[in-house]
Amino acid sequence: MVNCLNKNYYVCTGCALLCDDIEVEVSGDHITKIKTVCRKGFSRIGGCIEPMPCTSDGKSVDITTAIKDAASILMNADNPLIFGLGNSTSGAQKQAIELAKRIGAVIDDSSSFCQGPIIEAILHEKIHTCTLDDVRNRADVIVYWGADPSNSHPRHLSMHSYFPRGEERQHGWEDDRTAIAIDVRRSHTAKICGNRFYQIPLHTDAFLIEALIDALSGKVPKVPFEYDIKKILELANVLKKAQFGVIFAGLGVVYSIGDMGTMTRLMDKLNEVSNFHLIPMMGHYNMRGFNQNLFEATGYFNRVKFEKRENGFDVKHGVDYSIMEVLNTKKTDAALIIGSDPMSCLPRSTAEYLSEIPLVSIGPCENFTSRVAKVTIPSALSGVECGGSAVRMDGVKVTFEPMIKTARLSDEEILKRIMEAI
Amino acid sequence: MEIYQLLPKTNCKKCGKSTCMAFAVALLSWEVAVEDCPPLKDVEFKNNYEKLLEMVAPVEGSTETGLIVHEDKCFGCGNCVVACPVNVANDPHGAGIGRAPTNDKLILRVEDGIVRAFNIQECRRFGENRILCNLCIITCPTEAIEFV
Repeated sequence: MVNCLNKNYYVCTGCALLCDDIEVEVSGDHITKIKTVCRKGFSRIGGCIEPMPCTSDGKSVDITTAIKDAASILMNADNPLIFGLGNSTSGAQKQAIELAKRIGAVIDDSSSFCQGPIIEAILHEKIHTCTLDDVRNRADVIVYWGADPSNSHPRHLSMHSYFPRGEERQHGWEDDRTAIAIDVRRSHTAKICGNRFYQIPLHTDAFLIEALIDALSGKVPKVPFEYDIKKILELANVLKKAQFGVIFAGLGVVYSIGDMGTMTRLMDKLNEVSNFHLIPMMGHYNMRGFNQNLFEATGYFNRVKFEKRENGFDVKHGVDYSIMEVLNTKKTDAALIIGSDPMSCLPRSTAEYLSEIPLVSIGPCENFTSRVAKVTIPSALSGVECGGSAVRMDGVKVTFEPMIKTARLSDEEILKRIMEAI
Repeated sequence: MEIYQLLPKTNCKKCGKSTCMAFAVALLSWEVAVEDCPPLKDVEFKNNYEKLLEMVAPVEGSTETGLIVHEDKCFGCGNCVVACPVNVANDPHGAGIGRAPTNDKLILRVEDGIVRAFNIQECRRFGENRILCNLCIITCPTEAIEFV
């Protein structure tokens, strides 16, 4: 909670922007009005349509029994999996990492099939990055590449990247900033960018990057698809003249280019001729927090296996320990899912294995995964019913207080009690 | 003229206007309502009355400046709040820098995930020196804001 001008501001945990200027009006234990929040945040703060029940083997049980049964499942597993945590506080993530060490689990999150490559490049300092406050105060050229923040992070343009006035951008969007969209379709964000929208065919981002590198090097750019070369030269020229440029890389470009080598070369070239930064468009509010917490604990940012030894454990990392791989190869024999719904976000052929193994689901809302889980444990909605800290998409740590009280335990407390029961 | 054609065209002055044409102009600028024309309520003008009601129905929810927010399209991004020059002038350290409002002088602000209009008399499309400002419209990605 931030106190500013005698107003109490809360933090919205609807997405990785973690907007910290939310005002709420509360009556008893209910929120009656939320100000300055986008529709996505409003939906998150509004709570669940169907709250998570507390069950074990399909029967309603008390929380102590559910925690005991969850601990029993994890203890008896040879190769357990812990997944999710993108919508959990950093405290819960650290607790989950400790639990993974204790039971010798594979631990992974959705960055494994999402923004992982960019985070890896940033954490290994291969790519120059900056904060969203730098963007608001200094950025003059903003590129939304394979991203549509108007839908994924609604207040991105109005709070940070394009519309607001900043210390060095006093005229804001009208005179001081140029917004560019590169995408395969005319998204809502592309509409805001007007004639600075560069539409490319599917899976051709790498070719455009190579063409831009050529154009920035003074060579004639070439692309293996029909495209007006003058437009590429014009785009390169705008990027070259940037005083403080930033690329917001979305899933579109990550999925298209595969590994980050190509993007790293573009960033290096851009920083030779101008001044450019890259920020990943993280989805879940604390996905970057999980990556950073795991990186601090193990040196790896996701896809980690703690293999138990007599004196401690070995840390293993690699594609073999990704959720996709352990489910596809059926290597795991029990799973703990925290604040996530892999049954609906993973391909069915991969996710259906989860229904064949003992599954523990922790979260505030019922979902497809919890419906096939052996044990379901309801938790407090973080950012609304419990406080904590999280890492914003640009790496800035944000702490938050609960908006209302609840009797439900937080993810962190549930994980702590599971640890105690093991 | 479309409105005028549906009026009784008798210049009866019962509405307080000197002619039916004057009533049509007043209706267009929301000075009067369709119900303010007594002869329209007669049986012989029933069809015209219903057509006129139908014609003005889309603008019923609009503010004095004609601003309508289509709540089903708006997702509360707040682009219009930050782009509105009156908001920026009235709240440079709040809405002007993209953050929560610091005072009550804003025209547009987001509540419960949707943009809502307040203090509409401050809008640049209002009053004697009005201009056809459209910054809240062109910055809306979903065409949720409209002036009628």
